Amino acid sequence: MMLRMTATYEQTLELARRTVTDVRYPVVKTYTFDPIWVLYDRVLRIDPAHPDDPARDRFYLSKGHGPSAFYAVLAAKGFFPAEWLDDIASPHSRLGSHPDATLVPGVEISSGSLGHGLPLAVGTALGLRATGFTDTRVFVLVGDAELDEGSNHEAIQYAGAVGLANLHVVVADNASGTVGWPGGIASRFEVNGWSAATVGLTDHDALYRSFTEPHPDRPRVTVASAMLGPH
Amino acid sequence: MLRTEPLTDTAQALTMREAFAARAAELIDADHGIAIVLAEISADLFQDAAAAHPDQVINVGIREQLLVSVAGGLALAEMRPIAHTYAPFLVERAFEQIKLDFGHQGTSGVLVSVGASYDWAEGSNTHFSPRDVALFDTLPGWRVFVPGHAAEVPPLLDRAVRSDQGAYLRLSLRHNSTRHGRNDGSLTVVKEGTRATVVAVGPLLDNALAAAADLDVTVAYTNTPRPLDTAGLRDLAARTGNTVVMVEPYLEGTSAAIVSRTLSDRPHRLLSIGVGVEELRRYGTAADHERLHGLDAEGIGARLRGFLAV
Repeated sequence: MMLRMTATYEQTLELARRTVTDVRYPVVKTYTFDPIWVLYDRVLRIDPAHPDDPARDRFYLSKGHGPSAFYAVLAAKGFFPAEWLDDIASPHSRLGSHPDATLVPGVEISSGSLGHGLPLAVGTALGLRATGFTDTRVFVLVGDAELDEGSNHEAIQYAGAVGLANLHVVVADNASGTVGWPGGIASRFEVNGWSAATVGLTDHDALYRSFTEPHPDRPRVTVASAMLGPH
Repeated sequence: MLRTEPLTDTAQALTMREAFAARAAELIDADHGIAIVLAEISADLFQDAAAAHPDQVINVGIREQLLVSVAGGLALAEMRPIAHTYAPFLVERAFEQIKLDFGHQGTSGVLVSVGASYDWAEGSNTHFSPRDVALFDTLPGWRVFVPGHAAEVPPLLDRAVRSDQGAYLRLSLRHNSTRHGRNDGSLTVVKEGTRATVVAVGPLLDNALAAAADLDVTVAYTNTPRPLDTAGLRDLAARTGNTVVMVEPYLEGTSAAIVSRTLSDRPHRLLSIGVGVEELRRYGTAADHERLHGLDAEGIGARLRGFLAV
C-alpha cells in the first residue's frame, strides 16, 4: 500500500491502530490522533523532504507516552517508511515507546517525561523570533494530566506575560487527570493573557479554525476536549 | 549586594560575576545567535545589554525550570544559549531539565552559576551548592570550568560559547591573588616537588600553595576540572611516586573516581580534599566556611602532612 503524501485520514488511522508502542498496554490509545492529523494535513508548513529547513513550523509532542498516532501521521506524510511501525520498541527500531528526536526524521523533541515540551517550545519560539523567523510557528501538544506538572505553569505564565504570539498549545483533554481542572483548562491560560478556544477533540473543522485563528499579540491555546462531540 | 562580598579587594578589579556579565554582553553584541537567559539573578548587570538586544537577553522571572528549558528550546532553534542563576537553583532545582532538555535532545548549552559552595555564608545551606560538579559527572559530554580569578572568566566563557559541547561555568566570590592557567584545559605546574602531585582547582590554589610552601610536592593548577587533564596528571603522578592530592572547592572526593580510573594501571595513593557533605548550620563568612571545611591553608597543610607522614 502506497501511503506517503496521498494517505487518507482512514488509512493513517489504520496505521496508528496497528502500532502497539507499549507491550504492557496492547490497547492502542489514539485519542491524540485527530488534532495531530489536522495539524500535519492542513496547518503545519513542514516539507518532509526538507525536515531541517530552519523556517519550518515546529510541532513538539510533549506528551510522549503513547505516540502511535504521531508515528502514524509522520509515516503517512512521508517522514519515514510505514514499515517502521511494525516493530516499534524492538531493539533495532528507531521508534520507541517515547519518541527520540535524534533517531526519527520529523520528530522535533525527545519526550516522555511530562512537563518539558511546553517550556522547550517557549525557548524555541523566542529563538525563532530572535533569529528573524517571524512567520514560523511552534505548536506543542500536551495532555490534560500533563498540566499537573508545575513546569508548564511557569511557561504559561511567562509566554502570556510577554505575548509570545508564535506559540500555540494544543491540550488533548480526555479528563485523565485525577485532580482535574475545576473551572476548565482554558481559564488557566486566559487568566495569563492567552487567546483560547475549547473544541471537540475529533471535530476537524473546529480544530482547523482554532489552529488558524489569528492571535497577533498573544499565544494561543486550543483545548481539544473528548467531552465535546463534533458539531 | 550581599554583605559578604569583598568590599575592598585589590586583587580583582571586578568580581567573576561582573567579568562574566561584561564579556557576555560583548558576545551577544557581536553575535546575534547567542542569547542570555536569566531568572532575575544578575539582571541588573544586563540592563544595557537587554535594552540594546531585547530578543537576546531573556529574563523569565524566578522560574528556574523554565530558565533551563528555555535555554534548551533556544538551542533547538539553533541559538547558543547561556543560562545563568544561583548555583543550587540552576543545577539542583532544574537538574532534570539539564538532563533532558540538552543532551537528550541532541543539543547543548552554556550554564553559568554564582554562589559556589558557600559564597553567601550568611544565607547558609539554601544557597550552597557543593554538589554541582558531582552532578555533572552523571551526565555525558559536559565540560566544567571553575575559574580561580575574574581575569580567567572571559576566556573560559569564550571557550564555552564557541563550542558545540555543553559547558558549566562555576563562578565564585573566592579567588586567588592572580590569574593562572593556560586556558586550554591542561594542568599548569605552579610549584615542583617529588613526593606528591597536589592538583588545586580554581580558587583554592592560593590556599594549596601556602599549605605546600614547606613541603616537597608539586602543585598543579586547573580551572578545567572536566574534562580533567588526565594525560597531564599521569605524567605528573609518575614523577611524584604516583601520589596524588586533589584539592577541590566543591564536594570532597568529586574527582576521586576519575583519578582512580586514570591511574588504574599502577599502584597509587590519592587524598581527596574538598567541601564536606555535612550541613554545618553555621553562618559567618565564606572565609569562615573555608576554615570550617578545612580548606584554608592551615587545614589543607594539616591534611597534606598527615598524608605524607611528615
